[in-house]
Amino acid sequence: MIRFLATRLLQCLLVLAVMSFLIYALIGLMPGDPIDLMIAANPDFTSADAARLKALYGLDQPLLKRYGNWLTSALGGDFGYSRLYSQPVLDVIGPRLANTALLVGISLALSLLLAIPLGIAAAARPYSVIDYLVNLSCFAGISAPPFWLALMAIMLFSVTLGWFPAGGQAPPGASIWEGIQHAVLPIGVLTLASVGGFTRFMRASMLQTLRQDFIRTASAKGMTRTRVIYGHALRNALLPLVTVIALSFGTLFSGALITETMFAWLGMGKTIYDAILGNDFNLALVGLLMATGMTLLGNVLADISYVALDPRLDFRAEEP
Amino acid sequence: MPNDTANPTQTALERARSPSGQSPMRRRIRRFLDHRLALLSGLVLAFLCGLALCAPLIADMLGTDGVTADLFNRLAPSSASNPLGTDEAGRDVLVRLLYGGRVSLAVALVTAIITAVIGAAVGLAAGYFGGPLDSLLMRLTDGVIALPLLPLLIVLAAVDLTKLGFTPETASGQNANLYRIVVIIALVGWTTVARLVRAEALSLRRRDFVRAAIAQGAGPARILFVHILPNCASPLVVATTLSIGNIILFESVLSFLGLGIQPPTPSWGNMLTNAQDIIWDSPLLAIWPGTLIFVTVIAFNFLGDGLQDALDPKALSNR
Repeated sequence: MIRFLATRLLQCLLVLAVMSFLIYALIGLMPGDPIDLMIAANPDFTSADAARLKALYGLDQPLLKRYGNWLTSALGGDFGYSRLYSQPVLDVIGPRLANTALLVGISLALSLLLAIPLGIAAAARPYSVIDYLVNLSCFAGISAPPFWLALMAIMLFSVTLGWFPAGGQAPPGASIWEGIQHAVLPIGVLTLASVGGFTRFMRASMLQTLRQDFIRTASAKGMTRTRVIYGHALRNALLPLVTVIALSFGTLFSGALITETMFAWLGMGKTIYDAILGNDFNLALVGLLMATGMTLLGNVLADISYVALDPRLDFRAEEP
Repeated sequence: MPNDTANPTQTALERARSPSGQSPMRRRIRRFLDHRLALLSGLVLAFLCGLALCAPLIADMLGTDGVTADLFNRLAPSSASNPLGTDEAGRDVLVRLLYGGRVSLAVALVTAIITAVIGAAVGLAAGYFGGPLDSLLMRLTDGVIALPLLPLLIVLAAVDLTKLGFTPETASGQNANLYRIVVIIALVGWTTVARLVRAEALSLRRRDFVRAAIAQGAGPARILFVHILPNCASPLVVATTLSIGNIILFESVLSFLGLGIQPPTPSWGNMLTNAQDIIWDSPLLAIWPGTLIFVTVIAFNFLGDGLQDALDPKALSNR
């Protein structure tokens, strides 16, 4: 167990290290550079001043050297200042990370609460009307562009019906009710965007489980269909879902980026988007790395729970 | 194929009860309906592609080009000369939708072919040669699948091409955006195909006909391209069809965020960019492009699904 954990975590760190370099290099390729941005606001700067500043900040050095410098200070806990918010990067990110965790967490929970019963209902009566309806809705959910879903939700619930605000977050002193009102649309849209995939997977997994021998045995013993499904099949059918949830963290985060941008929800996704568009290199770098890190961590957690849930699997089987 | 033919030793009750067993009639109905949906999707797609191809003709007929702004005719309601009205710059919405469709569909098809080639190459190499190459390639695939792709695509889309050594003319050329979006989506989109082809190649390389080819002295290239690749065609076609939907979604979201296809070239995604600001005044501007994206994506998904049923009956019961 410990060896398995250590290997997986080590792999993650390695991937994260590679990603940090790739992202660092990519960010350096974005238009503009920090010194030009400083000069743009101040007409008294000459190009000699700019060159001196570049030397001062080490921007004239080769990529690897610069990355090394960044890594050294980052490992020491110094991620630099955000250009857009004039705050240390970590201070900007902290509360936004919580907002995204809230959004993604609740949406994931809601999607699963919907997907599992729907998937079971569809798989219990394959090719029935229920199955068709579930399948059709899944296809619709998967195929609708999330940003358009958000637009339509704003149009229906904010413009036409006026039930919920079109975006933003409740002011700090607002009541819990106001907070909930602001959260309904973003959470709803993100849930809609992710529930289809989970439902289809749950259905497939349930169908496959129901075809196995021990299910036939249970049926042959005279058990009712309900007991067979909920008592015997469900636990086995849920297992593969764990992996899918793990693999979906990245997709969920991408969905969160769209939803947050559409509803002006102050989360990580919107922060990263604003940072990239606003040339806030430090913030974009840390935001992207954090998103990657969280996704990788989610994968490890799911791997662990997968092995922990299924006694048939051996930890060593994971190692090639 | 346990569910393909009715098992005569099963009683009617067992058939009714067994998880995926259904009466032959219901199975036929299902296949019929399934193929109907796929067929319908194919027709819808052909119709959309045809319309998109005819965009210049229709534009000529209406006497607009969809690019020139006409500020005296902003947000006009639908009329004979503007069947779907005009947008916030007075451009004809129908013509822009058609030209946008050309861009979106062309980008999606080209990107899908590139992802299929990359995916097939990675999958074949991993599945056939196995060993360390396999673990390396599959780790890479798993890594790409697990990443939060959209933020990374946004960074890639924001990269300044002149810093990569392209001349400013190339970097700001009319088609630079198109090439850029094709390249960056292809960079991350090949994973599904790679996994499927690898699984297929893995099982094929142990088959007798491959062993026979090896015994006859065929080299790896001949075995891969003459014996294994053609047998991977079904999953390859299905996965590529299904990936087109995803590519359209990625393209539209990037264009919507202002990082994909750049105005004045219309695409379904960037036509929605301004829609959110004027959603109070003209909701229809937000509905049309989104509906077209939705219809196209769902049609490609149904088509892929139908192709899977037709080409790969083994997978039928797994869905």
